[in-house]
Amino acid sequence: MSFTFNQDDLNKIKELKTRYPSPDALCLPCLWMAQTKEGYISIDAIDAISEQIGLAPMQIYGVVTFYTMFHLQKPDRLQVDVCKTLSCKLCGSDEILKHLKSKDVYVNHVECLGSCGTAPMMQIKDKNYENLTNEKVDAILEELL
Amino acid sequence: MKECKIVSRKFAIEGSHTLEVAKHHNAYRSLEKRGEFTPTQMIKIIKDANLRGKGGGGASAGEKWELMPQDGDKPSFLAVNCDESEPGTFKDRQIITYDPHLLIEGIILTCYAIKSKHAYIYIRGEYKEYQDILQNAIDEAYEDGLLESCDITIHRGAGAYICGEKSALLESMEGKRGHPRLKPKQKEPEWFFGNPTLVNNVETIATVPFIIQNGSDAYREYGTHCSPGTLLFGMSGHVNKPGVYESEFGVSMLEYIEHFGGGVKNGKKLKAVIPGGVSCGVLTARECKDLTLDYEAMRTAGSSLGTGGMIIMDEDTDMVAVLKNILEFYHEESCGQCTPCREGTGWSDKILQKIVNKRGTKKDLEKLFELADVMNGKTICVFAPSVSSVLISFITKFRDEFERAVS
Repeated sequence: MSFTFNQDDLNKIKELKTRYPSPDALCLPCLWMAQTKEGYISIDAIDAISEQIGLAPMQIYGVVTFYTMFHLQKPDRLQVDVCKTLSCKLCGSDEILKHLKSKDVYVNHVECLGSCGTAPMMQIKDKNYENLTNEKVDAILEELL
Repeated sequence: MKECKIVSRKFAIEGSHTLEVAKHHNAYRSLEKRGEFTPTQMIKIIKDANLRGKGGGGASAGEKWELMPQDGDKPSFLAVNCDESEPGTFKDRQIITYDPHLLIEGIILTCYAIKSKHAYIYIRGEYKEYQDILQNAIDEAYEDGLLESCDITIHRGAGAYICGEKSALLESMEGKRGHPRLKPKQKEPEWFFGNPTLVNNVETIATVPFIIQNGSDAYREYGTHCSPGTLLFGMSGHVNKPGVYESEFGVSMLEYIEHFGGGVKNGKKLKAVIPGGVSCGVLTARECKDLTLDYEAMRTAGSSLGTGGMIIMDEDTDMVAVLKNILEFYHEESCGQCTPCREGTGWSDKILQKIVNKRGTKKDLEKLFELADVMNGKTICVFAPSVSSVLISFITKFRDEFERAVS
């Protein structure tokens, strides 16, 4: 399956290029555009980005593997990011993680998402769900699945 | 406890993130003052106010601004650091959610002072929800003609803690892996594609409008002589009312926790506090007594103020498990550039797992000290030295608990 940027994307890329001293800076923005479109970063997408901004595909691949939010594979289930760092742990994230084991979702243990004051928390599709209890998790997932 | 709201003044107002409401509450008024000062004079005001960087370092913002060339042939840039990823810290998100226009106002003033025509806001990838609010505010500001003197572009990160380090942030913006750069011996600005660039935290920039509007003395009325002004301190963990509450520097830590946080949860006793994000050394309850919230007092106590995001732990907290949790974080987030850090964090994490599993020995504790030594001062950035001081502070201060865990 090949990847192409549509005209809207190309316009956006053109506009962004005027905002930076070098097109190299568009690496992360373009990767985000690709991942938003397809849900992951395909090798074809990397080639398409390379064509737009002039970085070698291998260099872009190296960037993708450095950042934890980029995925090289298409997710097969709903991804649930659960914060397991200290403040969330002190406030019961272990309990939430245990509860999520029985659900048909991909549970991703992540480091601090900046919701320490509203712990425990999870993030699904860029949205934060905070002050969680097992009942709340049930209600949220029922709506999303 | 004195109420001081410099940055959080509009947080509680409904709709404060919109231009209409913000303007109704005097947003962008400091811009009227801009014409009264030359860029150099403005930098002097910030320096006289002794505004200290609020992202954790606490370095003088004015001195940093002074490093920017006023008449170079290359364009200057401002990069606002909104990569807030230090565990226990959740203050910048309050600013961009509840008062994004204050940040934009600060950016316009800062760009004027350092003669920059373009500012970037590097925001962590996980803050998409808040990024959208900020982008709306920027769009409103463009429509209103507020951004004629400088452009603002949001640059979204993608989940790397180390990109909060200023040079790693710029590497990341240049489309590379976020590896911190070697620091030059002499003082100089940061560089974005070879152009002089100022990197400041969101809260630092959001404090600028108050100082420009009211003068440096007005800012120095708050806080202590060496740590003037206020900070968006925060509390999380075992506390009744976790959250972010602005206070001046120099107040008693325990009073702050009692006054704003309503004390320790479930009426339990306090055991320990990590004062400003997990990279600051832990303090025992006894050390917290008589301790004040400012840079100098924290340093004297052997820790640091960091971002001011305190993590509160009650008497039943298992400190071995806490240290293991922190090392997991460091192991995951080490950028992998320097060997002592890449290997040291992983090794320490493994040893702590062994201790948590009750298979640890006294030798393992010694090994942790050895690793702390190997990680200290031998790497490009301060990530590994922080891990080192965290390891030492936990094991030294809660030695009994660690020895029990390995016996």
